[in-house]
Amino acid sequence: MPFVYCTILLRSGQALTPARELCEKVTVLALIECKNVTLAYEKNVVLEDLSFEVNEGDYLCIIGENGSGKSTLMKALLGLKAPLRGEIVRGDGLMRNQIGYLPQQTGVQKDFPASVFEVVLSGCLNGSGWRPFYTRTQKQTALDNMAKLNITALKNACYRELSGGQQQRVLIARALCATGKLLLLDEPVTGLDPVASGELYELIDHLNRAHGITVIMITHDTAAALPRCTHILHLHKDTTFFGRREDYAQCSVCAETLDAAGNPAVPGEKEHMHHECCEHHIHF
Amino acid sequence: MSAVSITYIFKTIFGYGFIFRAMLVGVLISVCAALLGVSLVLRRCSMIGDGLSHVGFGALAVAAALGAAQLWVALPVVIAVAFLIIRLNDNSKLSSDSAVALISSASLALGVLIVSLTGSNTNLNDFLFGSVFALSRADVNLSLVLSAAVLILFVLFYNKIFAVTFDAGFARATGTREVFYNTFVALLTAVTVVIGMRLVGAMLVASLIIFPPLTAMQVCKKFRSVVICSGVLAAIAFIAGMMISIGVRSAPVGASVVCVNAVLFLVFLAAGAIIRAGKPKTA
Repeated sequence: MPFVYCTILLRSGQALTPARELCEKVTVLALIECKNVTLAYEKNVVLEDLSFEVNEGDYLCIIGENGSGKSTLMKALLGLKAPLRGEIVRGDGLMRNQIGYLPQQTGVQKDFPASVFEVVLSGCLNGSGWRPFYTRTQKQTALDNMAKLNITALKNACYRELSGGQQQRVLIARALCATGKLLLLDEPVTGLDPVASGELYELIDHLNRAHGITVIMITHDTAAALPRCTHILHLHKDTTFFGRREDYAQCSVCAETLDAAGNPAVPGEKEHMHHECCEHHIHF
Repeated sequence: MSAVSITYIFKTIFGYGFIFRAMLVGVLISVCAALLGVSLVLRRCSMIGDGLSHVGFGALAVAAALGAAQLWVALPVVIAVAFLIIRLNDNSKLSSDSAVALISSASLALGVLIVSLTGSNTNLNDFLFGSVFALSRADVNLSLVLSAAVLILFVLFYNKIFAVTFDAGFARATGTREVFYNTFVALLTAVTVVIGMRLVGAMLVASLIIFPPLTAMQVCKKFRSVVICSGVLAAIAFIAGMMISIGVRSAPVGASVVCVNAVLFLVFLAAGAIIRAGKPKTA
């Protein structure tokens, strides 16, 4: 598929145009485009003038320290929070309720009596409107998505008795029932052992490559996640990196993030270098 | 219990229209409470039922003092408070359980004060512990209509209720109006509590909401089987409780129903433990 990648790197108020002109002609409409978005959390601005776009088939990792605005951005992408300024444009065909979302697990779910099928099927609810019961087609969709995630055998299993990795698969299958296009994953490997999280990454890769599902993933696990994605959005207090992974890797301090076990926030001098490095990208 | 007294119990139930109707209301309302209870218990907000019953007690006391129709005063008041609690839950610095505790103890105190100043102890006793046999025909009919409505609405919105119970965040993100359905469940709970309170009393109505779901969860593994099992258990408990109160002289209905519920819970708890112990560990 002829994807066009635009590298748009921004700081407050900087113009986009030069970066745009470097790009090839845009042939694919962005699935989601953030235009100069400013977001606030409890009246404090956490993200300012952020712009990026996600195209069909992309695999975007959103990284950044705690409090850098990852969760707020996630809420905005889901349409649960209106930006203070700027706008978030959804490409054609992507409705507000058509984003497959994998939230962080809640305490309620840990001992919830529900079968795997019940949980997966509940992802189809956004297509139901006022209809009280699920249709045959919706049930088939649920079964198909379970097959995609290799959990067909667990159909009647009890959700609370599954392992952490299996539970995440169930929730991804549910998310796919809500959309065939875009998955938003919020810290998907939290609490999983290395084997299970490795499997989960493989699965996400597979969904992205074989089924063409666009992935946006918030993660702390940069060591494992970054080598797999196509794009990186690194949120940082004053600077923000958005671009292809290859470009991110070229930057010396950013590249350190790829190797180190996911702690980009080295205080002091290094942090300063980090800023400069990203600014270098901005002016490229 | 001898065979004679069992015949006597059945004769009493089916021989007197008002007792039969009271039982019908009781079974329906127990089932409603149990179904709604599944969602409330799983969302860790079963104390709403308890809070609302205390508010209902206050409202009944006010209605009795004013000589107004009790249900017609209690229903709107309890519904309003249910909405208030849900709103507090959503956007407030005051945490919802302390809010519920504040509201419920204040209304309980108000109710006791009003009943003591104006009414008799019989009133107080009826409000606190229920009186199945003192229901007027109009009360019974209204209760039947309301409990049937709650039951039908629950079935129609079953899938939505499951979704917001299991994962409110996901439901909201994919366009299910989570707040609307939470409020909806609270509304149905308010109606159920007000009616149930007349039967088993303000002190005990919360147990109709909490016991059957918890009992069912000991052995059931699917949401649907929990819901069905919980409803069936609630009906069994109410019928058994009513039979005990007819068979054993001066055993109050409410307390008997709750005791049956408690016994059922212990039985299911043991059964669940045995099932888990007997099953070989998988993965």
